[in-house]
Amino acid sequence: MASPTVRGLGHSVERKEDARFIRGKGNYVDDVVLPGMLHMEILRSPYAHARIVSIDTAAASALPGVVAVVTGELMAAHNLAWMPTLSGDTQAVLATDKVRYQGQEVAAVIAEDPYIAKDALELIEVDYEPLQAVTGPQQALAEGAPLIRDEKEGQTDNHVYHWEAGDKAATEKAFAEADKIVSLDTFYPRCHPSPLECCGCVADVNPATGQATIYMTSQAPHAHRTLFAIVAGLPEEKIRIISPDIGGGFGNKVPIYPGYVVATAASLLLGHPVKWIEDRTGNLISTGFARDYHMHGELAIKDGKFSGLRVKMLSDQGAFYADAQPTKFRAGLFHIVTGSYDIPAAWVETDGAYTNKAPGGVAYRCSFRVTEASYLIERLVQTAAYELGVDPAQLRMDNFIKPEQFPYTSATGFEYDSGDYQTAMDLCLEKLGYKELRAEQAKARDEGRLIGIGVASFTEVVGAGPSKTYDIAGLKMFDSAELRIHPTGKGVLKLGVKSQGQGHETTFAQIVAEELGIPPEDIEVQEGDTDNTPYGLGTYASRSTPTAGAATSVVARKLRAKAQTIAAHLLECSEDDLEWTAPRFSVKGAPDRGVSIQDCVFAAYTNMPDGLEHGFEGVTYYDPPNMTFPFGTYAVVVEIDRGTGQWKPLRVVAVDDCGVRINPMIVEGQIMGGLTEGYAIAAMELIDFDEDGNCIGSNFMDYLIPTAWETPHFELGETVTPSPHHPIGAKGVGESATVGSPAAYVNAIVDALAHAGVRNLEMPVTPDKVWAALSEVGLAQ
Amino acid sequence: MSETMIGAAPPFTRQITVQVNGEPRQADVEPRLLLAHFLRQTLGLTGTHIGCDTTSCGACTVLLDGTPVKSCTVLAVQADGRDVQTVEGLMSGAALHPIQQAFHEEHGLQCGYCTPGMMLTSVALLAENPDPTEEEIRWAISGQICRCTGYQNIVKAVQSAAATLREGS
Amino acid sequence: MYPSRFDYVVPQSVGEAVSLLAEHGDEGKVLAGGQSLIPLMKLRFASPGVLVDVNRIVELEGMSQEDGYLRIGALVRHKECEKSELLRGRYGVLGTAAPQISDPIVRNLGTVCGSVVHADPQGDWGSALLAAGARVVAQGPSGPREIPLSEFFVGPFTTTLEPTEVVTEIRVPDPGPRTGGSYLKLERKIGDFATAAVGVQVELDGGGKIARAGIALTAVGATNLRAEKAEQSLAGATPGDDVFAEAARLAADECDPQADHRGTVEYKRNVIRVFVERGLKAAAASAAS
Repeated sequence: MASPTVRGLGHSVERKEDARFIRGKGNYVDDVVLPGMLHMEILRSPYAHARIVSIDTAAASALPGVVAVVTGELMAAHNLAWMPTLSGDTQAVLATDKVRYQGQEVAAVIAEDPYIAKDALELIEVDYEPLQAVTGPQQALAEGAPLIRDEKEGQTDNHVYHWEAGDKAATEKAFAEADKIVSLDTFYPRCHPSPLECCGCVADVNPATGQATIYMTSQAPHAHRTLFAIVAGLPEEKIRIISPDIGGGFGNKVPIYPGYVVATAASLLLGHPVKWIEDRTGNLISTGFARDYHMHGELAIKDGKFSGLRVKMLSDQGAFYADAQPTKFRAGLFHIVTGSYDIPAAWVETDGAYTNKAPGGVAYRCSFRVTEASYLIERLVQTAAYELGVDPAQLRMDNFIKPEQFPYTSATGFEYDSGDYQTAMDLCLEKLGYKELRAEQAKARDEGRLIGIGVASFTEVVGAGPSKTYDIAGLKMFDSAELRIHPTGKGVLKLGVKSQGQGHETTFAQIVAEELGIPPEDIEVQEGDTDNTPYGLGTYASRSTPTAGAATSVVARKLRAKAQTIAAHLLECSEDDLEWTAPRFSVKGAPDRGVSIQDCVFAAYTNMPDGLEHGFEGVTYYDPPNMTFPFGTYAVVVEIDRGTGQWKPLRVVAVDDCGVRINPMIVEGQIMGGLTEGYAIAAMELIDFDEDGNCIGSNFMDYLIPTAWETPHFELGETVTPSPHHPIGAKGVGESATVGSPAAYVNAIVDALAHAGVRNLEMPVTPDKVWAALSEVGLAQ
Repeated sequence: MSETMIGAAPPFTRQITVQVNGEPRQADVEPRLLLAHFLRQTLGLTGTHIGCDTTSCGACTVLLDGTPVKSCTVLAVQADGRDVQTVEGLMSGAALHPIQQAFHEEHGLQCGYCTPGMMLTSVALLAENPDPTEEEIRWAISGQICRCTGYQNIVKAVQSAAATLREGS
Repeated sequence: MYPSRFDYVVPQSVGEAVSLLAEHGDEGKVLAGGQSLIPLMKLRFASPGVLVDVNRIVELEGMSQEDGYLRIGALVRHKECEKSELLRGRYGVLGTAAPQISDPIVRNLGTVCGSVVHADPQGDWGSALLAAGARVVAQGPSGPREIPLSEFFVGPFTTTLEPTEVVTEIRVPDPGPRTGGSYLKLERKIGDFATAAVGVQVELDGGGKIARAGIALTAVGATNLRAEKAEQSLAGATPGDDVFAEAARLAADECDPQADHRGTVEYKRNVIRVFVERGLKAAAASAAS
């Protein structure tokens, strides 16, 4: 453990990156201005499904200030009208034959300023022949449905994939022998990560040098560079992706969007930098949405214990299959669905369908569909509690995986690294005052007031991932850290991940501080520039601490070992005679004889022992041996207005366990952000479509994000169960609260009505839905 | 980029003079130029951010004559002869404003995109109400969206800054 | 995000504003707060050729108690109403509506009169002012005229105001001290339009009976509308739960909600009924105190 002055792990070090943000000196993509830069705006389809008969760009091109108008035809001439997706499909860059979702990119104008570009968009005439729109996966897979991907060779229907996990035979047996089977049909609605900063880029292809520099809102700059090389045919060593400051990602900035490709092509053809920044409507209507997952779950129960779980899902993939998820797993990591419970048999099957909607599905802090899985199991267990007449918290506790069962192999093949679910539950219920609240709930009911208490105990899986199992588009999911300390004892840490607000410039410096004894203030963390950082797969799915955090620890320890050799040389003793108490080595038994880490570093440049290479640096590419499994218990208390159906969270208590906490302040910030997103999803966020495929939810008047007024106050607690395989015992945490909390909110609302027989309400649980449920059971006013 | 019109030619432009962070700034602008774009593109003050297209998110909030306004829903020409304060105007020389210091100490920001607007609204709130409750702070910032923090630390930051300002006065 | 081109003029008097509107006809549009107009222009749902910015016209400023009425000038912002002591008590329907308009930052610039002229059936001021029996004062080329608000709204975003007229103020008749009012709004979040909302004003006579009740409804019709049958059922009545419940039922039947993502027709009617009942109770209690 590092000395308190060094402030390594466990310290709430104030963030180093704040300095520029509080001064308004962040460098977001839209802040980038290059000489001769032009502006690009995209024309989007008003139809969900239509043939393109003709596009007339003459008037637009003639507008003063317009430099070029690009259509699919021009892109096709350069073999860029279509591009590969992260899921092995193809996606239109600019539409050529048809448009396949409302908002799809049809043309682009490049002009001297964005106002003129927008004027020119209005002058482009597109003649569409509308076709019938497919607006849901059931419709898509029904007999006679219009074929959406008619351009795709061999595609004869709208079915994308079928995928299975678990042991079907064992599960069938468990169900055959069950005393009771509880089932739940539920829909996780289409929502959207909607970071406050929209997506965009400044593409700068230099015609003289062939160098392509692309400033881009990217959560995975190295992977994007490689994909750009493949898609655009540019030599990879000439491509530099710079992901500068990112105003929130949440998975929205993982895919490659048509705008990036068109802007790059335009820059190449025009010899000028081209800036493209989408507007909020473009972001919501066309970029990677989240969820849209129809789930049917069944829980088999024998002698009061869960004996089997089977789930059938139908996934709405939109018009192109463009999820960012590990290749082997069509349903992401949904098969974590047994959650915190010791369920011996499980079977999961899923089908994906094309629809006339924007592509996506895996996004919005989902940990690769763990949000869907966690929601399903926690809602199913809650339903089981009511059916069995058992307290919902008690039923969970009766079925938890026990501490002595770890490492635990789940029925679908995950090896959970560590967990202590009972302790987290106990702490949560204690902070809540659960028993007293149940009494209060009963008393309120007698007075005609409806109070509900919802609990959710999630276990999720993050840190993708071991190379034998995980890859995205073939790229293995290791990550990297390159550490170099300068003679004066301060240094630079370069990473293959990319923060979008998670505080890496501080937390990763703390890891170095812990291992090397150099204070975080003296370690500059750099991310995002592919010319300057080692290869990594980026930041999403809570993977940075499990992968790059481990790499940082490993490389710092290598350097500490080198420092020990230098220290022995400086102290003229053997390495075995030395002990390390950060930040210094001292001779065992003679603590006054010692050298600081800074002395060792200086010596690496000025006074090295023979046979040892000068310099003080290293790079590690870390292939994690396993995933990590953060967990927790959340509880929500709500009261319902019987006249209007409005529900108000009275309390939200969250106990999280993400193993060792590098920076408790930052961990809590991540959790509060996730609890807010969970509330938003449970209460109000929705992207919907009418029968013509018109998108409702493509701006902030329809896509509702809660303000500080609606958002509840959070009470936080923690337990710490380290990961046994991670060098510093840490697990990921960025997504835990978004994963675990929606079920807690919905469980609370259902709990207020369960005594009257209500079992389910679909998200978003808007007041009108609650009132309809109240009416049905005679509780409405 | 010079402080002149973006892509427009006379007779469409008007000359305006706006006091920005205490400095008079003059430019020829089209009437349709939004104040947010005047600040970001004409003046190069990129601390004011744009997050939506329906006046919903408040990322673009600045102080117009001391009052918070959404600069994406104000024309630059409307600011002629008036006072605009942006995030770049919060510091006094090299000293951070207490609101900036408080946001830092209380971890009131993560990605930083909503932060300039949140801080300016808070400054205006504290000028009117030096000791706001949690409820009053949440009410005052309910025209602005944050996706990262869950607002709780923003509330703490404003309360901390309030205490600092009360001690100082 | 980027409006179309337009020209921009800044009159210094009401007379000058009226002349400019006459000159530019259909192409001219008044800019006061701009918090409804500019968003429409950014999405290019509105593209007026000339904006007539009235923000520098001093005579349009101010809110004051005049002889027999409350004057709300055309440049009075929502925020001024939210903070004003004048709008408590007898003008309580206005004082409780003000903080619920849009969001606190938009309230700094948006104006009461601008909101009324915009005539969004989901707008709040129209209903609050209808409940208070207000009238609009407009100035045109042929001089000023007063229009009762009950005759002002004719359809969604459509009023009886001529394109050449400028609204200079709204006048709210002084209802006397035994008056209370309340505005109740159900919105999914701050800044959303109302799912349904109700403005209620109850004026008591010397004997404690209801002399006049104003009940107006938001987002449940082609315009903000008065629930006239409900109002009539209360005239002369003694305030009480049964009477309020009946008026609430009548009001719910008088409106014409549309089903949408905010709720079904049945749901919205029920919200109206619940809010009219709650509003009448609150307004009557306030009137009696």
